[in-house]
Amino acid sequence: MNNSKTTYNRRSFLKASALSGGGLLLTVTWLSGFRSADKMEALNLTEQWTEINGYIHITADNKIKLICPNPEFGQNVMTSLPMILAEELDTDWKNVSVEMGPHDNTKLGAQFTGGSNSVRMYWKPLRQAGATARQMLREAAAQTWNVPVSEVTTKAGRLSHPNGKSATYGEFAGKAATIPVPKDIPLKSPKDFTIVRKPTKNVEGTKIVTGKPLFGLDYRTEGMLIAMIQHPPAFGMKLKSFDSAEALKMPGIKDVFSIQLYADGFEQAGFDTRTFNNLLVVVGASTWEVMNARKKLVVQWEAAGDVKDTMAGRDGKREVVVPGALESSGSQMSQMQEYAKRPAQLLRKDGDPEAAFKNAAQVIERTYNAPFLAHNTMEPMNFFAHVTDEKALLVGPLQAPGWIEPTLTKLLGLPADKIEIQMTRMGGGFGRRAYGHYLSEAALISKKVKAPVKLIYTREDDMTYGIYRPMYTATYRAALDAEKNLIAFHVKGGGIPEHPIHANRFPAGAVDNYLAEGWQIPSNITIGAFRAPRSNFNAAAEQSFLDEVAEAAGKDPIEFRLQLLKRAKENPVGKNNEYDPGRYAGVLELLREKSNWNKPGNEKYNRGVAAYFCHNSYAAHVVDMVTRDGQPYVERVFSAMDCGIVVNPDAARNMVQGAVVDGIGNAFYGALTHKDGVAQQNNFHNYRMIRNNEAPKSVEVHFVENDIDPTGLGEPPFPPVFGAVANALYKNKGKRFYNQPFQPEIEKAM
Amino acid sequence: MATYNLKINGKTKQVNVDPATPMLWVLRDHLDLSGTKYGCGIAQCGACTIHLEGVAVRSCQLPVSVVGKQAVTTIEGLSEKGDHPVQKAWLEHDVAQCGYCQSGQMMAAASLLKATPNPTDEEIESQMSGNICRCGTYLRIREAVKSAAKK
Repeated sequence: MNNSKTTYNRRSFLKASALSGGGLLLTVTWLSGFRSADKMEALNLTEQWTEINGYIHITADNKIKLICPNPEFGQNVMTSLPMILAEELDTDWKNVSVEMGPHDNTKLGAQFTGGSNSVRMYWKPLRQAGATARQMLREAAAQTWNVPVSEVTTKAGRLSHPNGKSATYGEFAGKAATIPVPKDIPLKSPKDFTIVRKPTKNVEGTKIVTGKPLFGLDYRTEGMLIAMIQHPPAFGMKLKSFDSAEALKMPGIKDVFSIQLYADGFEQAGFDTRTFNNLLVVVGASTWEVMNARKKLVVQWEAAGDVKDTMAGRDGKREVVVPGALESSGSQMSQMQEYAKRPAQLLRKDGDPEAAFKNAAQVIERTYNAPFLAHNTMEPMNFFAHVTDEKALLVGPLQAPGWIEPTLTKLLGLPADKIEIQMTRMGGGFGRRAYGHYLSEAALISKKVKAPVKLIYTREDDMTYGIYRPMYTATYRAALDAEKNLIAFHVKGGGIPEHPIHANRFPAGAVDNYLAEGWQIPSNITIGAFRAPRSNFNAAAEQSFLDEVAEAAGKDPIEFRLQLLKRAKENPVGKNNEYDPGRYAGVLELLREKSNWNKPGNEKYNRGVAAYFCHNSYAAHVVDMVTRDGQPYVERVFSAMDCGIVVNPDAARNMVQGAVVDGIGNAFYGALTHKDGVAQQNNFHNYRMIRNNEAPKSVEVHFVENDIDPTGLGEPPFPPVFGAVANALYKNKGKRFYNQPFQPEIEKAM
Repeated sequence: MATYNLKINGKTKQVNVDPATPMLWVLRDHLDLSGTKYGCGIAQCGACTIHLEGVAVRSCQLPVSVVGKQAVTTIEGLSEKGDHPVQKAWLEHDVAQCGYCQSGQMMAAASLLKATPNPTDEEIESQMSGNICRCGTYLRIREAVKSAAKK
């Protein structure tokens, strides 16, 4: 991959500025105001680009380049974010090209891909950036044509005036960049959108189907070495000693050494999570050679014992003890059962739940369990680093460059402006690539060997390293009165090492007496965000439980939820309810209609329904299950979503369909277990992933149509899939399934 | 180490590597053809799928020493202009999310269609089940294979 011509980076910018001369450089710090400089910025040495603002660049011959601030991991932001810019700029989508921006939080905002936040966070800033640039172009035309700016109109990238004058944006780009940046430019009304809401193809589609080097693993430079880390075989172990003599004799091998990632007392930020601190590293000329040499290492490992970590926090640093025990899944489960009996942290209480349960006509109590999950991004963790005494260049797949940069400054002893991070397309993320330890590792390795290095995790390294979805459990209790009304609701949830509870979500607000509690067990098994953190478990447990409560109350599961939501809307219980009951009910109503719920014609299916609110959006699914070759199979799915304005409907449907497939796969098969600290799954032969022939025949996706500012879509459709699958499984098997993954439970029951 | 003259995408390429080196790494590390992806290294995920004499194989399990004179095709050589029916269908259905597995998916699909020009739904599903897509784009993959079959 040769990035010198195609990637906008600081070095090419400086060179180009020196070459170009004249004009005005407008350096946009969009979220914090504008700043002018005296040089026109050219981004590409072969083109003279005028930067109208940080996101919009135009050449005199009317090439328009839009900068995507956020890293792309399949959520399609490289298309949807520029669509928002192009909409307000009022240009022809066919005329624009899109580039991934460099890491520059001053110019391009937070640049964090995660939390289903990209479109939500950038919606207003990008609209403002587009509208302001358009206004500056109009001003430039008005001045030149000597007409009032109000008379200059735009359409599909052309400026025109009723007197017959007309020009491309490119003709006025240079002048527009000299116009003082106007404030408070009105934005389009959604009814006038011509790009947003139109199905738009992935801007990198052609590159993907022709195998272009888009991903971190594809990045190469002259003289680049390959590095791999041999991490301990178990959580709770560490490096004792090693003999590298045989490995060093292997062809292509340059060096074998150990490094310490964080020095003692290193203050770790929230996303500095790492599993192993002492790293045994093999560096060589090629991937295959390094893989082979690594097998020749003779290593002694030892128990790490309890480890003291120093964590940065809002109230200063704090010490955390990571226990040293070698954990096994069976003992973890026993430990969770023990903790579940103890008093827990109170998270929310409404009314008098104790009295309500005491006076109930019927109490239903159920416990749900779910294992650790590995992210298993198809592209394993990797990163390129070239660190010298003066500066560092890092290139690869990551979700949050702004979070890792401060860590790199500390580890490398370099100021932030000497650390350049470029984000490649990611071969999946799902939360995993928010944890940048692999950049830090790559940087330290490059510094040690004084050469450009690509650190590569093999699939086995990737799956056994940690940073998993936590192991969770929750016990739910519901109290019904003699008329089968839900009068009290109690959830007590825990996990290793964090609890899953979102205390202020449905059915909080809909039940007079409500209690939510959480507890957690420290562990050396590292965890991290996994597509809809915590929600992905809660939706499974709570939505299965509500299905069972509805059944006990003798109510249809959709009607039961709608009645509770009506209560939450008309007369909400408590404060801080996170969700909008009207929008929540809206997706259920849309789903009921589109799935022909309770209507004839669906008799062949075992139908399960679930809904959930998370990441500011609403999702509901009906899962239609059949028995195929003796095995429960989800043949058909109906989905209803409310994420406000849908920027790119076709890509949005793709995202929801993918989330449904991902959810079914994880519900049936997903599990990462341990024995004496050793991950029991290390590759796709023993970690079962959903396959093409196990995916539904159809996933019909419907969006609630409204003009609400867009919210997230990457995560929200995922969690309720688990609950809908569990509820369909009950219809299919005649028994409830409480433990994920379901497939081993199904086989046990057979 | 040994020298091999390999027929790749219609051209002869010379490499000097350990005979056991899988074609995956020969392509990626020595020939700068990185469209073929590493996913698992044990023939479980299909990301590394290439064609040997037009038939889909897992390049992570194919030592360079056994290739001989057989023609190797990678995603970069599936068509000259990116207009193989499978590539066109993949664009038409906008299949990709992250896109990492898709070159392997397309190589599997092209091989399937060569052997079975009009596959049934079941044939598509079972033949495409060797390729994992973590983003879950399986429905669109099936639709794209069907579209490509019509072209």
